[in-house]
Amino acid sequence: MVAAKLTKQREGMGNITARDIGKEFIRPDGKRTIALSNLNVDIKAGEFICLIGPSGCGKSTFLRLIAGLSKPTFGEIRLDNQLIKGPGYERGLVFQDSTLFPWLNIYDNIAYGLKIRRVFKQHKQDVNEFIRLVGLAGFEKAYPHQLSGGMAQRASLARALVSNPKILLLDEPLGALDAFTRMNMQDEILRIWKERDTTMLMVTHDVDEAIYLSDRVFVMTPRPAKIEEIIEVNSGRGENRGRQRDSGDFLRLRSKILQILDFTGKTPPPEYYL
Amino acid sequence: MAEKIKNEQKLSFGFNFRSAIPIGALIITLLTEILIPNNQEAKYRELTNFRSVLFFALIISVILFTITLFYKNFRSKYSHKGWFIGGFILFFNILNVVTVKFLLLPQIYFPSLNRVLNVYIEDRQFLLKCMGSSFSLLIEGLIFGTVVGVFTGILVGWSLNWNYWLYPIIRILGPIPSSTWIPLALVLFPTPRWAAVFLIAFGVWFQITILTSSGIQSVKKSYFEVSSTMGATNLQNLFHIAIPDALPSIFLGFFNATCSSFVALMAAEMLGVKAGIGWYINWQKEMISYPNVYAGLVIIAVFCYLFITLQFKVRDKLLGWQKGVIKW
Ligand SMILES: Nc1ncnc2c1ncn2[C@@H]1O[C@H](COP(=O)(O)OP(=O)(O)OP(=O)(O)O)[C@@H](O)[C@H]1O
Ligand SMILES: [Mg+2]
Repeated sequence: MVAAKLTKQREGMGNITARDIGKEFIRPDGKRTIALSNLNVDIKAGEFICLIGPSGCGKSTFLRLIAGLSKPTFGEIRLDNQLIKGPGYERGLVFQDSTLFPWLNIYDNIAYGLKIRRVFKQHKQDVNEFIRLVGLAGFEKAYPHQLSGGMAQRASLARALVSNPKILLLDEPLGALDAFTRMNMQDEILRIWKERDTTMLMVTHDVDEAIYLSDRVFVMTPRPAKIEEIIEVNSGRGENRGRQRDSGDFLRLRSKILQILDFTGKTPPPEYYL
Repeated sequence: MAEKIKNEQKLSFGFNFRSAIPIGALIITLLTEILIPNNQEAKYRELTNFRSVLFFALIISVILFTITLFYKNFRSKYSHKGWFIGGFILFFNILNVVTVKFLLLPQIYFPSLNRVLNVYIEDRQFLLKCMGSSFSLLIEGLIFGTVVGVFTGILVGWSLNWNYWLYPIIRILGPIPSSTWIPLALVLFPTPRWAAVFLIAFGVWFQITILTSSGIQSVKKSYFEVSSTMGATNLQNLFHIAIPDALPSIFLGFFNATCSSFVALMAAEMLGVKAGIGWYINWQKEMISYPNVYAGLVIIAVFCYLFITLQFKVRDKLLGWQKGVIKW
């Protein structure tokens, strides 16, 4: 078992409470874009949440607010009752597009956060484990431009995981992977989640992926951007979890989510018609 | 793959006719030199320096050609340059013919190659002293200018307050040509030598400041964001993100600065120094001694070329990661 070797130093917390969140952007022409309005979200520590919704409905915006990279125009977000004021390593974020540092090789990219916080020595082993875990062993010395899109995304994932955050914010982390690697990575993410009790908030466009992975699926709709419905999908962390892709329940949940997306978005993007 | 591809010198026989082009060009030039007599009216027509250099070059080119027969890597590099080297030699052949053989150009302004080469023999000692003097002036100017330039570049690129106050001033001061500063530099600095170092350092400072600050300002915002979500402080973002990402731009600034410092050298050596290549050229120009002027110019050109080549080598070592990102 790989994860047994991984260091567990984090207190098992990671509750997110978001109250009446609103986010507005001022466009260059002076008009306002309302990206989010009146959003109320409660995420319990250790939960796995998937966020699903049409393009442009504010999913990335919400993740950035939790990460502390931008501030909400209205309302407040708390992590374990602490107001989020700025970014911090206890809230890891995997960006929608790869943001590996081109001047560092893969190993140094993944070890970056640990080195910055001067805890690299204690966690050296974790770096190697995560490199192996995401299937990049042998590419430690390669530079980001030498990797494929999927490999770069896996490296980004490893880089966020190695810091062992309380909550991991994932913005379509598996979007660039082929179906097979994608399913493998889903299982790895599930396994890491079970091992480490990290709270997970993951944006995805893949309804199956959302049902397969999460405890609850938040279905978002645009204009006004809000969470239309919260769907309980899984519970517990038994061995059975995540192994029922063709069960009746699975298909029922899937058609339910698709229905919500279909009825609420006026012209849902084609990716939801499966 | 992460595997290293080593540039091993493989022993393998082979022949590429392009490797022989320099030999051919040298033989043609040598025959021209020997078979056509120097013009009766040419000054110093008895000099044979060019001929000696050609003989020497011929021996070298034969040796190089022999090496290409055995080593694959060297063969491909050398043969690639074959046409260029050949053309270069033939250019000198034409110069030789036009000047000393047929006197097609006025002798005062276009002295024969023999006479230019003769400067290196007669003024050997003095030229060496000049080179040493110029070299130390240049290096001091470059070091001062670079250190201060990187520092102000980072301030202007990183801090909005510094940017607000300094950037307009830099924009105004920077483009002023070095020589304009001569009177002020002489007043401000205790010795002319310091003033000369300042003139060189000033141009270097401007180039490096501009490119350092623009390099830092154009770092992708998302790099800072990822770094922050991994726990980096503002200062760590500067040293671990902004500066490494701006390094290619800083290097470009250094390259520009090197080129402009050679121009500034001429101005700087007008300030009461008693030796230096720039000073030598100015002096000989006033004496209307053009063979010496050309000899000095060649030294500067070779010097500059070597310096920039060295710089590129260092850059390739430091910025290997860039190779796949941009074309160079
Ligand atoms: N920095 C910004 N400035 C102005 N408008 C913005 C900014 N960031 C996001 N927006 C707007 O906010 C809305 C939501 O954007 P967001 O990136 O959160 O969408 P998303 O749900 O992540 O979409 P996708 O699935 O395509 O990634 C969009 O209308 C977008 O134009
Ligand atoms: Mg997005």
